[in-house]
Amino acid sequence: MGSGTGLGRVRGLGSAKQGAHHWWTQRLTAAGNVLLVSWFVVSLIRLPSLSYAVVTDWLSAPLVAIAMILLAANVFWHLRLGLQVVVEDYVHNEASKLGMIVLINFFAIGAGAVAIFSIAKIAFGGAA
Amino acid sequence: MSRNESRPLSPHLTHWKWAPNMLVSILHRITGVGLSVVGGLLFAGWLLAAASGEATYDWFLGLLTVESGAINIVGAVFGIGLTWAFFTHLFNGLRHFVLDTGAGYELQTNRRWSIAVVAGAIVATIAVWLWLFWPTLIQLTGGEG
Repeated sequence: MGSGTGLGRVRGLGSAKQGAHHWWTQRLTAAGNVLLVSWFVVSLIRLPSLSYAVVTDWLSAPLVAIAMILLAANVFWHLRLGLQVVVEDYVHNEASKLGMIVLINFFAIGAGAVAIFSIAKIAFGGAA
Repeated sequence: MSRNESRPLSPHLTHWKWAPNMLVSILHRITGVGLSVVGGLLFAGWLLAAASGEATYDWFLGLLTVESGAINIVGAVFGIGLTWAFFTHLFNGLRHFVLDTGAGYELQTNRRWSIAVVAGAIVATIAVWLWLFWPTLIQLTGGEG
């Protein structure tokens, strides 16, 4: 079968059937993280305290909730791609590698869902 | 993957003379994994606790803080550790964006920016926590507060 033509590989039809897509989304989410995580860190530092009232009040603001949901999606997407590369580089047993990549996907998507639902609940709940 | 034992291996970590660009590359992976696992769990756990009500949230915060709201030793280790990991990963990520354009591979340039990433992250971490602890430090030294 061979590994296809040069043009086929460039079009994303190499052995992994996805070309440079992984690399590109890693960069795209990295750029998003530069903005979103920096905003999040600055916001956390500037909050008067991390008490329940202060944090839920802050998360209830629409722009904060939207940015936080984007942040959660972006962060968990980025870390899923990053952890996968680390496992692919250092875990050489095929069964362990497959198992760990499945685990990474469950963790990233699961924790991402927890974060996004939690933000939405606080934001939609108003002053609960 | 199976390896032919009679074939030589390329020199690995223990054979290379350490250089800043190696250090920063390894740190990028370590901080990335640390931020993913510790940071990811804390982030999702913190939001879930906040969404579950005041009692749950106070319990969660109690793991990282003392009664007065100041951080405890666990909070300090996670907080300072994640701050340093964040700045290291951020600064080196920005360095990677430059490398992606094909620039910055000259030996001296690569070395200089690798050192800048490591040093910059340490300085930024100290600056953030000095700023956070400033009121406490003033009080401890008998100042106005």
